[in-house]
Amino acid sequence: MFIQGPSGSGKSTLLGLIGGVIRPARGEGTIHLLGHPMHRLSGWRRDAVRANHVGFIFQMFNLIPYLDALANVMLPCRFSRTRRQRAAAQGGAEAEARRLLEHLGLGEEELLRRLPSELSVGQQQRVAAARAPIGAPEVLIADEPTSALDADRKEVFIELLLRECAALGTTVLFVSHDASLEPLFDRSISLAEINRIASTPVKPAVAA
Amino acid sequence: MAIFSLALNSLRNRRVTAGLTVIAIALSVALLLGVEKVRTETRASFAQTISGTDLVVGARSGSIQLLLYSVFRMGSATNNISWQSYQEIRAHPRIAWTIPIALGDSHRGYPVMGTTLDYFEHFRFARGRSLEFAAGRPFDDVFDAVLGAEIAERLGYRIGDAITLAHGTGPVSFVQHDDKPFQITGILKRTGTPVDRTVHISLEGMEAIHVDWRGGAPPAPGRAIPPEQVRGMDLTPESITAFFVGLDSRIATFQVQRYINNYRQEPLLAILPGVALQELWSLMGVAEQALLLVSGFVVLVGLIGMLAVMLAGLNERRREMAILRSVGARPRQVFALLASETLFLAGAGVALGLGLLYLGLFVAQPLVQAQFGIHLGITPPGVHEFRLLAVFLAAAFLISLIPALRAYGNTLTDGLDPRV
Repeated sequence: MFIQGPSGSGKSTLLGLIGGVIRPARGEGTIHLLGHPMHRLSGWRRDAVRANHVGFIFQMFNLIPYLDALANVMLPCRFSRTRRQRAAAQGGAEAEARRLLEHLGLGEEELLRRLPSELSVGQQQRVAAARAPIGAPEVLIADEPTSALDADRKEVFIELLLRECAALGTTVLFVSHDASLEPLFDRSISLAEINRIASTPVKPAVAA
Repeated sequence: MAIFSLALNSLRNRRVTAGLTVIAIALSVALLLGVEKVRTETRASFAQTISGTDLVVGARSGSIQLLLYSVFRMGSATNNISWQSYQEIRAHPRIAWTIPIALGDSHRGYPVMGTTLDYFEHFRFARGRSLEFAAGRPFDDVFDAVLGAEIAERLGYRIGDAITLAHGTGPVSFVQHDDKPFQITGILKRTGTPVDRTVHISLEGMEAIHVDWRGGAPPAPGRAIPPEQVRGMDLTPESITAFFVGLDSRIATFQVQRYINNYRQEPLLAILPGVALQELWSLMGVAEQALLLVSGFVVLVGLIGMLAVMLAGLNERRREMAILRSVGARPRQVFALLASETLFLAGAGVALGLGLLYLGLFVAQPLVQAQFGIHLGITPPGVHEFRLLAVFLAAAFLISLIPALRAYGNTLTDGLDPRV
């Protein structure tokens, strides 16, 4: 799913709502993620849903600076038992992390042991792309993950990411202002078209 | 477990600041425990200097002064006790034994004490231990001397060596009793008390080296009496500096004390050494408390330094916290990460501090022993040390909550947005 919209159109707010970081003001709508009523769950429960079922890739700075590439990819398995178990079913967290990294062109042992500061921006984004689908979360939220990449590498990156997620059965919510990426996705939505509330006064979302 | 290894990795990434923080904490902990060690050992060695003696008697002055010169061989007596008074008092029916002592001379800065063989028999220190010989035997001849352990060790004396005594108690004396050398007949085992620093001779020997003196001045040339001739003379002293008293029963203590304090022929003072030791200690207690207070503040400074380092790091780490949340960390896990980092710094500081303490003790022990006669036992930390460390770690725990709460709050407001 490709979600397109210019900056300020509410992309990040939408992702925050889906990810359960923010919650709609009381009575201002409902959000169901995989059957979980995110608008009603406590912060603690929303954290659990997110940890177990959602992977994230952001525009930049996705990695923990003091963990090497491999450890960064394995991080979600440390915090979520569900994802750890799913990774274990694939042969274990470390094997799965190595496999994902290799598919994204980061198979060399020497690269896996590097800290993020020793990787190029493109390599960092690929590490992030390997991390988000580990443990096969149902939803992967990618917030402008390609905006720091060169034009010719964007498509390669997205294709790799989509192929990996298709294999794992993960739905990708890809947000970008760049309409040229749209043909790469099965479905697409333009926020400008669906955001009807924008014309009416909006109550601010409540921070989680 | 996940959080703990993250904390370790995070600290390793900041190893310079983390290392410096650990060192600061280690130094403060070592200082606190070191001061505490010196304090307790000093107090113990203080309390152990004399035991089994019911009364100490000297010319009338202050009780602390009397204690200082008679037991610690520091300072000097204002006046002496006549031999006659001493003989009268020791005849008191409740008095079991007495040890007369005569002070005023020295050997290379160490005090010389004239006494009798009763000293070796009745003197007790450290809960009833009596003096033992490492080598040789008590003095017998007029010119025999028995050395304390420290003098023998420091000056390298052996049985049979001859030593010259000096008039007066300073480390440098212009008047030597070099016409009448003494021979070392015995060396005592170490006691950890001022006995280790004392040269013991007989009262007769003390009298002998002054027998030809007139009016406090050495004999004029040609008027000196050679040692051989002195031996034949009557060497009963005219006076002594003080004496220790042992009673047949403790119940008689106050009765005998009153008897001595009201003694008509001479103004005398009898003190209970335990009470006087307490008085002396309470005087020194102020300095001791001040020292403890200062080291307590040093520990506080160490902890505040640690807090500053953790808080300073927080702002640059907001992005890191957001990333952790996006990969599934809950706010309370972020809280735990920060708290365990702080606690780990404190824990490593304590471990290193203990290492420094024992290293320091190892180095300082012989020096302190030689310089101050205080034996710093290198023993594993006792209940008291563990209590101090527990208080320290509890304080560190409370402090660790501050950055943890800040990070917790940041995480909630920042959400997953790492573009801070």
